[in-house]
Amino acid sequence: MDKLILELKEHIIEQLNLQDLTPADIGDDEPLFVEGLALDSIDALELIVLLQQQYGIKLSKAEDGPKVFASVKTMAEYITANKA
Amino acid sequence: MTEVYVAGLGIISAIGTSVNETLSSFEQHRTGIDDIRFLDTIYRGQLPVAEVKLSNDQLSALSGLPENVSRTALLSTVAAKEAWVDAGIGSPSKFRTGFISANSVGGMDKSENFFIDFLKDAGSGDLNDVKHHECGSITELTADSLGISDHISTISTACSSSANAIFMAARLIKHNLLDVVVAGGCDSMAKFTLNGFNTLQILDEEHCKPFDENRRGLNLGEGAGYVVLVSEKVVQQLHKKPYCKLSGYNNANDAYHQTASSPDGTGSYLAMKGALEKAGLQPEDIDYINLHGTGTQNNDHAESTAISRLFSSKVPKMSSTKSFTGHTLGASGAIEAVLSVLAIEKEIIYPNANHTTTMKEFGYTPVKVFLKNQQVKHVLSNSFGFGGNCSSLIFSKI
Amino acid sequence: MKIYIRATESISPQLSFGNEGLLADLQVYEANRLSCLEPDYKSLIDPKQIRRMSRVIKMGVASALGCLKKADVEVPDAIITGTAYGCLEDTSSFLTKLVNQNEEMLTPTAFIQSTHNTIGAQIALLLKCHNYNNTYVHRGFSFENALLDAILLLKEQSAENVLVGGVDELTDTSFQILNRFGFFKQAFTNELYNAPSKGSIAGEGASFVLLANQPGNNDNAVLEAVSTFYKPATIEESQEKINRFLLDNDLSPNDIDVVITGRNGDETNDVVYDQLMSGMFRNKTEVCFKHLCGEYPTASSFALWMAASIIKKQKVDKKLIHHGEDVIPQRILIYNHSQGIHHSLMLISGC
Repeated sequence: MDKLILELKEHIIEQLNLQDLTPADIGDDEPLFVEGLALDSIDALELIVLLQQQYGIKLSKAEDGPKVFASVKTMAEYITANKA
Repeated sequence: MTEVYVAGLGIISAIGTSVNETLSSFEQHRTGIDDIRFLDTIYRGQLPVAEVKLSNDQLSALSGLPENVSRTALLSTVAAKEAWVDAGIGSPSKFRTGFISANSVGGMDKSENFFIDFLKDAGSGDLNDVKHHECGSITELTADSLGISDHISTISTACSSSANAIFMAARLIKHNLLDVVVAGGCDSMAKFTLNGFNTLQILDEEHCKPFDENRRGLNLGEGAGYVVLVSEKVVQQLHKKPYCKLSGYNNANDAYHQTASSPDGTGSYLAMKGALEKAGLQPEDIDYINLHGTGTQNNDHAESTAISRLFSSKVPKMSSTKSFTGHTLGASGAIEAVLSVLAIEKEIIYPNANHTTTMKEFGYTPVKVFLKNQQVKHVLSNSFGFGGNCSSLIFSKI
Repeated sequence: MKIYIRATESISPQLSFGNEGLLADLQVYEANRLSCLEPDYKSLIDPKQIRRMSRVIKMGVASALGCLKKADVEVPDAIITGTAYGCLEDTSSFLTKLVNQNEEMLTPTAFIQSTHNTIGAQIALLLKCHNYNNTYVHRGFSFENALLDAILLLKEQSAENVLVGGVDELTDTSFQILNRFGFFKQAFTNELYNAPSKGSIAGEGASFVLLANQPGNNDNAVLEAVSTFYKPATIEESQEKINRFLLDNDLSPNDIDVVITGRNGDETNDVVYDQLMSGMFRNKTEVCFKHLCGEYPTASSFALWMAASIIKKQKVDKKLIHHGEDVIPQRILIYNHSQGIHHSLMLISGC
C-alpha cells in the first residue's frame, strides 16, 4: 500500500503539474479537493483519466468521485479493491 | 450617433441551409440532432451531434469555394452570401464595407488531417491542410469571395465569439468608420472540439434538453450565421425596409473559472443588464430571450440564476434553440442573432425541444411549441463562453 | 480627444521586461528563430494559477500584469488581446494525443487552455475583472484590431483605461510547419537588412500597453491613430493609403520625424519600405524592429512598445537607426505589413 501511495502521489504531481510539490508534501489523508491541495473539477477529470491510464480502472459511477478522490489514501484503497 | 439596422440575414445549420429552411424546421419541430454522418471519429454512433446535412462537395457547390478548403470556410461563405444577397446592397464598393467574423478553432478540421502525417514525419503532411489553420484565414476566404476589403477582423472568445463580432460591427457603424458590416461567425464539426468537450464530460449521449431539471449536457453542432448591419444613411438608399434595429449589447467577464460559470451567474447578469441599459430598456420590455441554454448543468444553472435576478418575477418567454441546432460554438451567437431578428420579423417564438421537467431552482418553463402571431418587440440573445466571456445582444422592432 | 499611453510592458527576445524601453544592451543572435527572454514567472503570477498555464499564457499574463503595475492601475476598465495563433502549445499537445491515442483517454486541461481567449480570460480571472473583455485573432491585424476596439471604448467613454496586448508564441511545431512554407532563413540579426534574400527570422513576444483617455503624471506618449488596409494590389496603392491616413490626421509626410518600418530582411517584403523611404519619406529617419523581436503576426505590438519608449526618452538610440539622422522624435509613424496582406499604420507623438 505504501508503495502504491507514493507512486500515486508522483503520478498526481506529474498529471496536475503541481510544480513545487514533492510526494512528501502531500499527506496520505490530506483532502485533495476544496481544502488541502484545493483541486477543482478539471483536476477531478484529470484524475479519472489517471486511474484509467495507469491502473486500468474506469470509475463506474460519477457519484463515487468525491469518495474515491477524498485523499491519496482513499484513491489507493479504491485501486486495490478494483484492480483485476 | 446613427442607429444600427439589420438589413440582411444568412444562416446555415443542422436544420437548414437558408433562412427559409431553418424557419420551416422550427415550424415542423424538426431538430437537426442525429447520429454522426460526416465527421470521421470513433464516437460515430455514440454521441449525437447536429451536423449540416451536406458533404463538403455539396457545400463547395453552394459556396463557390473549392471543396478542399476547411468546412468552416464553406459554411461561412454559404451563410455570408445569403446575408449579402438578402440585404440587396449590390457591390460592396458602394459603401465603406467591413467583414467581421468569428470562430473558435479556425481550419482545425484540416489541421487534424495534417497532424496524422506530420506526427509520423515532420516533413510530411499536405501544407494545403494547414494553410488555413488560423481563425483569420477562414474569415479571409469568405471576405474575398464577397469582395469586401475595407475592414477585416476576426474575434475569438469561445462560445460568445460571434455575438462579439456583431457588437463590434455595430460600434464601427456608430463611430461612422463604416457604413455596412457583414458580421457573424462560423464553426464546423471537428474531432478537436468533440473530444475536447467529451473530456469535460458535458456531452449528452442523447438529445440535449436545455433548461430541463434532468439535463445532462450539450450536443455539438456546426454552422454559420451572418447579419448585415447598416447605418441610417444606407437604409435610406436601400429598396427594402430593414428587419429591425440592434439596440443593445454588452460584454462582461464572469472572472470565476476558465471553463465553469459562477454559481450566481455574475457574468451573464452583467452582460444582460448592460445590454438593457445601452438599449434604454427595462427588463419588462423584453418579449423573448433566446437563451445561451447549452443544456449543461453548470451553464443553465448560472444563466437561470442571472435571469431570475434581473427579471425577478416577470420572466419573459424564452427558449434555447440549441435543442434544434446543437451548440455551434463560435457560430452560435450569430445563428441565434439571426433567429432573434426573425422572431421579430415573423412574430414567432421558437420551441425549446426535449423539455419535460421544469428546473426546480428556477421555476420557469421555456416555450415548448412553435408560437405564431406573437407580439415580439424586443429580443434578448445570450452568448456565454469559456474564459468567462459573456455577451448579450438586444434586437428591437422599428 | 487624446489617447495616452500610460504604461507599456514587453516580453521579447530582448531584455525588455521590467525595463523602460530599449536598450542599453541589445541582444544579437545568429539564428532562424528568436525566443523570448522570459522572467521568473513564479514571482509574478499566483503559483496556484500558474500550474495550468502554458508558456504563451505566462508570457501574456506576466506582461499584462507588469504593464498594469507600471501604470498603477489595479483593475482596468477593459482587457483586449490580439493573438493570431492563440495557444499553440496546448493546441498541438491536445491534437497530438488525440491522434496518437486515437481519441481515447484524453484529459481536458490542454483543451480548455487552448482557446484563443485564454490569455485575456486568465488576466481577468487573476484580477477578478468583470469588465469588457475581448480577443482579436485576425492574423497580421490581430493587435491593430484590438487597439481599434480600445480606442472606440475610450471615445465612447465606456472605459477610462484599457489594457491592450499583442501576444504570439513560436513553438517547435509551429516553427517546423512555418519553416516548410519557406518563411525563414538562418541569419545574423545585426545584418538582417543588409542583403535581403528570401525569408526572415521567426520571432515571438507579448507586448502590452495601458491606454487612458485622461493625461497622467508619467505618460509615455500619445496614440494618435491606428489604421489597417488589406491586400493592396500595388505599392502605389499602399502609398495612397498611407497618404490618406496622414491626411485624415491633418498631417503630411513632413510632420513625421521617425518612421518605424516592418523591414524583415525578406527581399519581397522589404521592397515597399525601400520605395517609401526613398520616396515619400526620403530624408526621414528609419528605425527597424524585426531584427530585435523576429517576424510574427503581432510583432507590431513590439514596435508600439518601442515607439512609446523612444517618444518618452525624446531620443532615438543610434544603434536603432537603420537609415537617416539622429533626430529629436516628436512624432513617429509605424508602418508594418505581414506577408503583403495585412498592412498597418500607427501614429505616436509626445504628450
